[in-house]
Amino acid sequence: MQTFSVGEITSYIHELFDADDVLADVWVRGEVSNLTVARSGHWYFTIKDADAQLRCVMFRGAARSVRIDVGAGDEILARGRVSVYEARGEYQLYARSIEAVGGIGDLHRQFEALKAKLDAEGLFDPARKQPIPAFPVRIGVATSSTAAAWHDIQNVLRRRFPLAEVVLSPTLVQGMEAPAQIVMALERLNRRADIDTIIIARGGGSLEDLWGFNDERVARAVASSRIPVISGIGHEIDFTIVDFVADLRAPTPSAAAELATPNRDDLLLDLDRLRARLAGLLGNSLAEHSRDLGQAQSALRFFSPRKMIAAAQRDVADGRLRLSRAAALKLERLGDRLASETNALEAASPEHILARGYALVTDESGALIREAAQVSRDQRLNVQLSRDRIRVRVDD
Amino acid sequence: MDDIKNLSYEAAYDELAALVARMESGELSLEKSVALYERGQKLSAHCQALLEEAQLKIARVDEAGPAD
Repeated sequence: MQTFSVGEITSYIHELFDADDVLADVWVRGEVSNLTVARSGHWYFTIKDADAQLRCVMFRGAARSVRIDVGAGDEILARGRVSVYEARGEYQLYARSIEAVGGIGDLHRQFEALKAKLDAEGLFDPARKQPIPAFPVRIGVATSSTAAAWHDIQNVLRRRFPLAEVVLSPTLVQGMEAPAQIVMALERLNRRADIDTIIIARGGGSLEDLWGFNDERVARAVASSRIPVISGIGHEIDFTIVDFVADLRAPTPSAAAELATPNRDDLLLDLDRLRARLAGLLGNSLAEHSRDLGQAQSALRFFSPRKMIAAAQRDVADGRLRLSRAAALKLERLGDRLASETNALEAASPEHILARGYALVTDESGALIREAAQVSRDQRLNVQLSRDRIRVRVDD
Repeated sequence: MDDIKNLSYEAAYDELAALVARMESGELSLEKSVALYERGQKLSAHCQALLEEAQLKIARVDEAGPAD
């Protein structure tokens, strides 16, 4: 077994401390005792709890940045590095900053820690968010009965949707007992079957004032509420754990009441629109049916017996007219043909030909002479002209 | 016809909207159109009354028990 000198073992321990991630940067909570400020400005103090104590040193530079006054007996949070002061063989916390327990810094850290934890559990998952009823019948309100928030909520509901009934489930909204009471208020509402929306609300305030709504019990009560929950806590900028877990987050109590209800004026306008639409549709229907009626009547008129007779008469008249016209036409055409034939006949008639200077030559027996061969010299012939006749004798 | 009187606002409004949609789809006999129109009038009057005459009712639930 190897043996070490005091120095060697101490530096070995020192290296162990410096290699450790946790000890490199840690917040330690404890009660301050025997705090002394050296002439150098460095702070030397101890913090302890029931079981142990831890020596601390805070060098001048860091000590100047401490914003709270630190005295013996104060519960504080010190942040820094834990290492070994070899000369005295002691480990101590080299503190970089100090905050009061329950101070703003501490609350922020607790808030972020719880937020991360619940987020990891999926409590903020949008898929878990229940829809808010469009026309609530009974709205449960978990808030303080004396706070302005409750008054504002009533006014908004009265203005927007007085049809809904409001059920107050009173609770403290500030202080140590607030979380437990808020959980009770939510449970009282969830036990009833006739509530369809819950508003959980409180007016503006500091981080400490709103702290009750960052409590894990309250967050889990809101998350497990069977009835949809709208949160309206503080002002626009304030976000509490309940806001992340609620089914719908409103920036203020009044806004929560608005998100919970339809607006009466919009509904009245909507009704007017529907009534007008209804009247319009009836008008259309009447017009359509009367048009159909009109069409039926005109069809009827169109096919009425009187109409048909008149039509028939018209046809007959038409027919007669056409007939006579056709007949006239035909006669005309016949006439023309007759005329042209008679012309042709006349043109071919002997008188006509004779009139044009031709002559008919016949022998004494009246036979027509067409060729020279039919006649002999000195024969006597008759030459018929258009209007008279001459007697001739054949020379050659 | 007086069943309308005890209809909730949402129920009356939904029926009115459905009725208008039905008339919009057309092909309705004249009698049917007129009947729907009259029902629509009554429904809208009921909704109107609910909105105008309603007074906000406020109750309270304190103890673990039901509302007092």
